[in-house]
Amino acid sequence: MNNLLAITAKETRAYFAMPSAYVVGAMFLALTGVFFVFDISSPFAEAGVRGLVDWASFFTIFLAPLLTMRLLAEEQKLGTLELLLTSPVREWEVVLGKYIASLAMLLAIQFVTLYYVLMIYVFGDPDSGPVLSSYLGLILHGAAALAIGLLGSSLSGNQIVAAVVGTAVLLFFTFIDRVSSLVEGAPGGFLNAISMDGRLSDFTRGVIDTSHIIYFLSLIAIFVFLTIRSLETRRWR
Amino acid sequence: MIEVSDITKYYGDFPAVTGLTFSVPKGEILGFLGPNGAGKSTTMKILTGFMPPTSGTASIAGFDIVEESLNARKHIGYLPETVPLYLDMTVSDYLSFMGTIRGMNGSEINRRRSDVIELCHLEEYSSTIIGKLSKGYRQRVGISQAILHEPDVLILDEPTIGIDPIQVVETRQLIKDLGDEHTLILSSHILPEVSLICDRIIIIHEGQIVAVDEPENLGTNLSGVERVELEVKGPNREIIPVLESVDGVQEISRDSSTGGAFHRYQITVDLGKDIRSDLATAVIENQWELLKLQSLGMSLEEIFLRLTIEEQQLNPTTVPETLE
Repeated sequence: MNNLLAITAKETRAYFAMPSAYVVGAMFLALTGVFFVFDISSPFAEAGVRGLVDWASFFTIFLAPLLTMRLLAEEQKLGTLELLLTSPVREWEVVLGKYIASLAMLLAIQFVTLYYVLMIYVFGDPDSGPVLSSYLGLILHGAAALAIGLLGSSLSGNQIVAAVVGTAVLLFFTFIDRVSSLVEGAPGGFLNAISMDGRLSDFTRGVIDTSHIIYFLSLIAIFVFLTIRSLETRRWR
Repeated sequence: MIEVSDITKYYGDFPAVTGLTFSVPKGEILGFLGPNGAGKSTTMKILTGFMPPTSGTASIAGFDIVEESLNARKHIGYLPETVPLYLDMTVSDYLSFMGTIRGMNGSEINRRRSDVIELCHLEEYSSTIIGKLSKGYRQRVGISQAILHEPDVLILDEPTIGIDPIQVVETRQLIKDLGDEHTLILSSHILPEVSLICDRIIIIHEGQIVAVDEPENLGTNLSGVERVELEVKGPNREIIPVLESVDGVQEISRDSSTGGAFHRYQITVDLGKDIRSDLATAVIENQWELLKLQSLGMSLEEIFLRLTIEEQQLNPTTVPETLE
């Protein structure tokens, strides 16, 4: 437990001391901000966060791997992983500690988007239910994206490769439903079931479907587990 | 303290180490000597639990490195060859972090951190970002993290490589001092270094142990003979029969670059016999002038070259192929 806390604390501090995290976060906020303005300045725009959350979740596909790419790739490149794993530390403590730190960073960035929500409340009268459920969906989606990015980071000592792998897997999960309609029978159903798309739109409509929550939590569990396995098998390679 | 039994490690099809067996008793400084790529680092990575051996077992302080890896790792302080450090942390923060993940509590960390900072002469740099330190100071930070938790076993992979000569001397002294309290394995490809620091040396070549001994014995045991160099002023034709009559002399060769009345001889002597006083007496009784009399052990360089070259001659497959 101490190890987990120590690793989480170290990585969180590293995030907040790192210029690149601020640059990436600022890019994300700028892009979501621009699209938010487009959305609400269109005629017949509704006073809600649906457009904002759609764009925010789309840019998270690129944001999350950029946040996580350093976590394990850099340790491999610098060789510090060797010292970390020859200390009496378990792999899951390393992975989970880093994951929690990346989640803290992502939540900090998402927290700033609440400024846009504040604007909606100032100039409109949105329904609070869907706003809350949208943010729950956005956080769950982001948390799953980080887990996927973290696996990418464990696979390579090169941060760029790590980010590309993470983004590719995320794009797969996002757009696989477009393909699933072309596949017949059970495989098509399976592809549809593992797709991320459509799940977030339920949240933005104010629907909190337990199956969606379980879906995102499962994604997090599976990819964190795969990352731990990936670190463990590093020893055997 | 360290038991290694028949360890073999393959990288794919390539055998990095084969059939390594040795043990290190408590308090010993063991030197691991071998050319680059001999398997020194691989052995250390196996001992520290970073990667498992393909076959064979090893234990640290009684804990198997694979089965009870976590317990074994608690007893190890390790400095990898590349001295990996988090470049964005300060020395002091880094040591605190390393202390925590090794299970030390806050007050232990505070006490030991100032101890190791003092021991490794890092006082001025404790709040400097590691990325700004020079190679030599990073090496010290690496050593200080290895000894921070007072481990029973210290494993240092090429601890003096890439630092300037003055720091090398200091680092060697530091390692020697550490050897008083810790069991220590040290690797190097620099012969004088291991012979200065270590109680015992293992020479490893192409993944196999080719020799194990104390630095002083290594020379005589391997060559099978001792040699004596003798410089005398006198008539060569009379000197040789007199020297040959001394008990224990096997062979005499005269250095042909010497001539006139001055001669230099290399005398091969039966192992374990010191006949220098007999030789001196023989020379003086004949009223020649004795200029020099010195016992020549085989230097570690010579032993090393000899061992590794013999190995290659036995393996004709290592002859480079010609390009077509």
